[in-house]
Amino acid sequence: MNAICTAERLADVVRNDWLNAEYKHLVVRCSGPASSAHPGQFFQLLCPQPPGEEPYLRRPMSVYDADPAAGTVSFLYKVAGAGTRGLAGLGTGDRLDIFGPLGVGFTLDPAWKSIVVVGRGAGLATLAPLARAAQAAGIKVTAVLSARRPELLVSVDVFRGFGAEVLTVTDSEGTSGPAHVERLLRGLIAAGGCDAFLTCGSSRLMRVQQRLAREFDLPGQVAMEQQMACGLGMCFCCVLDFNRNGEIVHKRVCCDGPVFDLMEALP
Amino acid sequence: MTDLSVEIGGVRLANPVMPASGTFSEEMEKVIDLNRLGAFVTKTITREIRAGNPLPRVAETRSGMLNSIGIPSKGVASFIKETMSRYADYRPPLVVSISAPTAEGFASLAEQLTLPGVAAIEANISCPNLEEDGKAFAMTASSTANVVQKLRAATRLPLWVKLTPNTGDVAGVARAAESMGADALVVANTILAMSIDIHTFRPRLGNVMGGLSGPAIKPIVLRQVYQCAQAVGIPIVGCGGIATAEDAVEYLLAGASAVQVGTATFVQPGAMLRIIDGIDRFCESRSLPSVRGLIGAVLNEEADVPDLAWVEPVS
Ligand SMILES: Cc1cc2nc3c(=O)[nH]c(=O)nc-3n(C[C@H](O)[C@H](O)[C@H](O)COP(=O)(O)OP(=O)(O)OC[C@H]3O[C@@H](n4cnc5c(N)ncnc54)[C@H](O)[C@@H]3O)c2cc1C
Ligand SMILES: Cc1cc2nc3c(=O)[nH]c(=O)nc-3n(C[C@H](O)[C@H](O)[C@H](O)COP(=O)(O)O)c2cc1C
Ligand code: FES
Repeated sequence: MNAICTAERLADVVRNDWLNAEYKHLVVRCSGPASSAHPGQFFQLLCPQPPGEEPYLRRPMSVYDADPAAGTVSFLYKVAGAGTRGLAGLGTGDRLDIFGPLGVGFTLDPAWKSIVVVGRGAGLATLAPLARAAQAAGIKVTAVLSARRPELLVSVDVFRGFGAEVLTVTDSEGTSGPAHVERLLRGLIAAGGCDAFLTCGSSRLMRVQQRLAREFDLPGQVAMEQQMACGLGMCFCCVLDFNRNGEIVHKRVCCDGPVFDLMEALP
Repeated sequence: MTDLSVEIGGVRLANPVMPASGTFSEEMEKVIDLNRLGAFVTKTITREIRAGNPLPRVAETRSGMLNSIGIPSKGVASFIKETMSRYADYRPPLVVSISAPTAEGFASLAEQLTLPGVAAIEANISCPNLEEDGKAFAMTASSTANVVQKLRAATRLPLWVKLTPNTGDVAGVARAAESMGADALVVANTILAMSIDIHTFRPRLGNVMGGLSGPAIKPIVLRQVYQCAQAVGIPIVGCGGIATAEDAVEYLLAGASAVQVGTATFVQPGAMLRIIDGIDRFCESRSLPSVRGLIGAVLNEEADVPDLAWVEPVS
């Protein structure tokens, strides 16, 4: 831990491996409460500078896995721009300045017997730690995971490893459209396998779930993304509009979320 | 142990480091020891309840960022009831930043906030003045004089006036504020700037233009602090791009009596505390008994005025 700032620390990179052409898996070891981060919480990473580029602000990254026993936290990130290119250059033994855990994560209601997790793209990283948490809480998980191509589907093994049933849909196979996903979800609801929706990464799929949640009176939670500066609720860079009982309200993704009530989120 | 205390226009600070308005809130208590700060400065508050600007509100640049947050405000009543009480348990004095679209509006807000528990008012006069076609008060000496005069009459609290770096006549504006009774100046707010995404051809900010802050602006604002320090006798709080103790020392040497740290806190949440420790070490290494020995201590062999004529900003 850092003597000056209790949530900021230098973590040691354990590994940083490519999972496919776009995503890397970064595991760091660190002391303190970082490794007990909850699903849906995030860290602000101070990305190293890749050659010729100078990312300045920290980059928000969801907890992919947190293992208090091993003292590790991991992230699964898509290499997108300057910051994530800087992360991609990290190797075993390097140090990374991480700030967190931050934000309000998912809550699992002990009354739920089974949940449906729906994610797409980098949203799959955010949802992954739910697999471990739900298993620990005795909640059955069905994960509907979406990506452009099958090889970009991440987190499938994580969900299966914790006993979840996984359905994959992709653009290249023509199975990821909202109509097809809606049919899948209706099937799960009819089979009694859905006490709640937990989702991240696609506003189209979020709209489908909002519709179904309303129709079948199901609760839900969604993890939102927005550009951030402070990550702590101070700067108001990250506000989004939400619908609270018909009234539009602003909320900060970094501290009021990133996980919000499914029915309040606006696509 | 160096004596780090300074006096800023009637407010005694245990050390010269405080947050810049809009880059700090009581949420920081979760991650740093707030009692170590020289003072608290609130996000600018307005009388009316405001939503703030369209998204996106932030864009990164080299060594800094652009923001067009606007001034989302929950209004005065909520500030007095909820926010002020959160600060009451801490030692550092509370400086309340205010803004209004008219000089009268500024005055009445200052009057309403003249309350026990408020150590000083920081008037953010970098905001648009509706009575002058939306041009910020602090752009000209005359509208600065007008608003500061009304503020002075409205409150007995120490009055800090925050200037904009976008004026070509910062010394004139500083003199106007001093002559109308400002107790200190905060120099400065963000620099008007913009950025365009060349892939989409769209401005990167929803508001098209926004304020540049962070290390990128330091040399410009440092120059303005120097110019203000030459022009006025009241204390100056330097603010612009300070990220390290060295940056802060530079501002003190230029004539600032204290500093505010903004954007750097987003990158290093512990930045302010590290700067305090670093200033202490710096003074010790120079055997200075008090940080006050650094204020305005820049050694300059005066340049001849004509030498600089070609870089003089025109207003
Ligand atoms: C709470 C939260 C959790 C996230 N979790 C993950 C994750 O687990 N895995 C993952 O791959 N990505 C995640 N993201 C998105 C990730 O933060 C961005 O991909 C990353 O910031 C891109 O930075 P860059 O410098 O590589 O890209 P650039 O495009 O160069 O970034 C420029 C600026 O835009 C911001 N930005 C760009 N894309 C996004 C985005 N989608 N969301 C927010 N800000 C963005 C950057 O932070 C930076 O300030 C998350 C975002 C949020 C808000
Ligand atoms: C996100 C953000 C919000 C800000 N909000 C305010 C504000 O409400 N009132 C104000 O006077 N200045 C505001 N500022 C300006 C800062 O107080 C400061 O003057 C400026 O950022 C320069 O300092 P820095 O480079 O250390 O950030 C804001 C700056 C940022 C980056
Ligand atoms: S990122 Fe600063 S308030 Fe959310």
